[in-house]
Amino acid sequence: MTGINGAAAIAGIGATEFSKDSGRSELRLAAECVRAALADAGLTPSDVDGLVTFTMDTNTEVAVARELGIPELSFFSRIHYGGGAACATVQQAAMAVATGMAEVVVCYRAFNERSGQRFGRVQTAVAQQPTSSGVDNGWHYPMGLGTPAAMVAMFARRYMHTYGATSEDFGRVAVADRRHAATNPHAWFYGRPITLADHQASRWIAEPLRLLDCCQESDGGVALVVTSAERARDLPHPPALVRAAAQGSGADQFVMTSYYRDDLTGLPEMGVVARQLWAQAGIGPDDVQVGLLYDHFTPFVLVQLEELGFCPRGEARHFLADGAIELGGRLPLNPHGGQLGEAYIHGMNGIAEAVRQVRGSAVNQVDGVEHVLVTAGTGVPTSGLVLGRDG
Amino acid sequence: MTSTAPSTTDAINAAARRIAAAGESAPRPARDPVNQPMVNNWVEAIGDRNPVYTDPEFAETSVHGGIVAPPAMAQVWTMGGLHPQRAPDDPLHGMMAELDAAGFTSVVATNSEQTYHRYLRPGEHVSVTTRLESVVGPKRTRLGEGWFVTTRSTWYVGDEAVTEMLFRVLKFRPSTASTVSTSASAGESASAVSTSASAGGSTSEASTLDNPAPPRAAVIKPVRSRDTAFFWDGTAAGELRIQRCGACGRLRHPPGPMCPACGSTSPEYLVAAGRGEVYSYVVHHHPPMPGRETPFVVALVELPEGVRVLGELLDVPPDDVRVGMPVEVTFLPVDDDITLPAWRPVREGS
Repeated sequence: MTGINGAAAIAGIGATEFSKDSGRSELRLAAECVRAALADAGLTPSDVDGLVTFTMDTNTEVAVARELGIPELSFFSRIHYGGGAACATVQQAAMAVATGMAEVVVCYRAFNERSGQRFGRVQTAVAQQPTSSGVDNGWHYPMGLGTPAAMVAMFARRYMHTYGATSEDFGRVAVADRRHAATNPHAWFYGRPITLADHQASRWIAEPLRLLDCCQESDGGVALVVTSAERARDLPHPPALVRAAAQGSGADQFVMTSYYRDDLTGLPEMGVVARQLWAQAGIGPDDVQVGLLYDHFTPFVLVQLEELGFCPRGEARHFLADGAIELGGRLPLNPHGGQLGEAYIHGMNGIAEAVRQVRGSAVNQVDGVEHVLVTAGTGVPTSGLVLGRDG
Repeated sequence: MTSTAPSTTDAINAAARRIAAAGESAPRPARDPVNQPMVNNWVEAIGDRNPVYTDPEFAETSVHGGIVAPPAMAQVWTMGGLHPQRAPDDPLHGMMAELDAAGFTSVVATNSEQTYHRYLRPGEHVSVTTRLESVVGPKRTRLGEGWFVTTRSTWYVGDEAVTEMLFRVLKFRPSTASTVSTSASAGESASAVSTSASAGGSTSEASTLDNPAPPRAAVIKPVRSRDTAFFWDGTAAGELRIQRCGACGRLRHPPGPMCPACGSTSPEYLVAAGRGEVYSYVVHHHPPMPGRETPFVVALVELPEGVRVLGELLDVPPDDVRVGMPVEVTFLPVDDDITLPAWRPVREGS
């Protein structure tokens, strides 16, 4: 065991509805989900002394604090690299709690990603910033590689070439997610499962990625209340203990375009996360009952299974073909439906689902959950969590 | 100013003969029949108040005996809309592509001569065909060296030709010495378009037959930093420059200010031979990308020098691209500042 394991817990979760057009401001979504999470935790805004979000979030900590009536903040922090920030918000909060910098930290992410600025569109502005990011993007956007789907497709094509994976192998991830979403009333695709044939019939977005390989675009917000394990035990819900929390960036790392490494078939940054998670939690892949793997694009779910040690390199397609990621399988994946099925809230809704699985309150509850693994955005510097039951 | 090599001239003339020999493109039907709402909008925009186009009672008393459409709207009926799908056998596009590849990347419309055989009436459904009439050049012009490309389009109702149009453009290589900017000169003529104009492809549709080369100026431009300027200076000069550490000799792309191997801040560069193999690739279908028409291919190319360079892969159908395909570099001028590296299949004998 290292320092963070068991020091902090997620004591409350809250969310807005997930939609394609929220009809209200992003700040209001943030305020609503934070308030909901505090209510779930049995706490009030005056208990909060820390806030953490993504650098991409448009709602500053102070703006959220004003709306909630949070009087003072002693800790505020932002994590960079898009969806790679998700689990790291909880890591920041847990470190703050464990070191006494704060007692109650709320992590939040709220946006109108579908009705407002859509990440799936070509974002010309990001290629023209006078920053190192702008320079990096200058090697890709001007050449016609300007969307997240296309950037992932470049990796996917090489992965297929190297290991013989097919579009159908990617499709199995989407089918599992959508099957799980179909029985989750909060999911956008509630009641709308797909078949592998549907996946194969869906149009190309960026070959080899089809429409149904790509996650939704959503409006909504999710918040998580992190406090000490000790305090969490006095709150209404069973605590979801933070057993491990890690960030990772690999050698020669770019944001979505790490195309200049020796090999394009792995996600070394996720390997960095995985090694830390298993070491901190003192467990391995066999000790995990549920996986919340970031699924903005299906191919990277296969690569994550390999980086995290659930199967050898190149063999995720066999792992998937055996039904391992379905409910009742070896590693039920994204029982809420994931970002392909429930909503795209930049990975934060996956953490909320992990908390429900630990509490035993999920709509698609997996039996005998001791440990849940959560990952954040892939292709970018990223993060991960292991949450576990108390005691 | 660079002048055109004889081999390039021969290649353009050969392409022109091939495209001209293919004759008329397949008839492309108008999206909608001739219709009153479109006529109403058009005459309003143009400022034509002749009631024979809009007033049924007046039209009935006219020589036409009923409403007719303005003859000059012929081209309007067969426009492709905001997201036009160009026919693969469109001869103007084919010729534009050849000239783009040869470095004649800018375009200005010079002539549009229409002949009307009769008026069209609401409800008639036209289709259009186009053939390449001539390609003449290279010509020295004030805009730069270029080729006059002339096409002839015919609009039909059934088998009856109702309208013809001779359309001529100058496809040119912008003169760097000239003080006449291509965008300024294009602005002088309502019927002119230029790749240097910031207009998107959809607006150029109105003034060219069928949306020739996508306007490269719409392409997203890279940020030039002190660390990367040498690369973009290289592409403008027709060189693919790869950073080489001045101390330890390590090659690196994309480049940066400090060698990650030895810490030196004295980068140099070598000029790559310009050949490589496709290491991976993407066929981009959706969403639309500024300055490009979908689908297009982007390839990550591994050079024998030991680095990878990403660029658009041109001149090959997407379905024919393979990992391992041999490619060679080519250069796409965007404007006076930026030339993009791109790739194309290695040609036989080149």
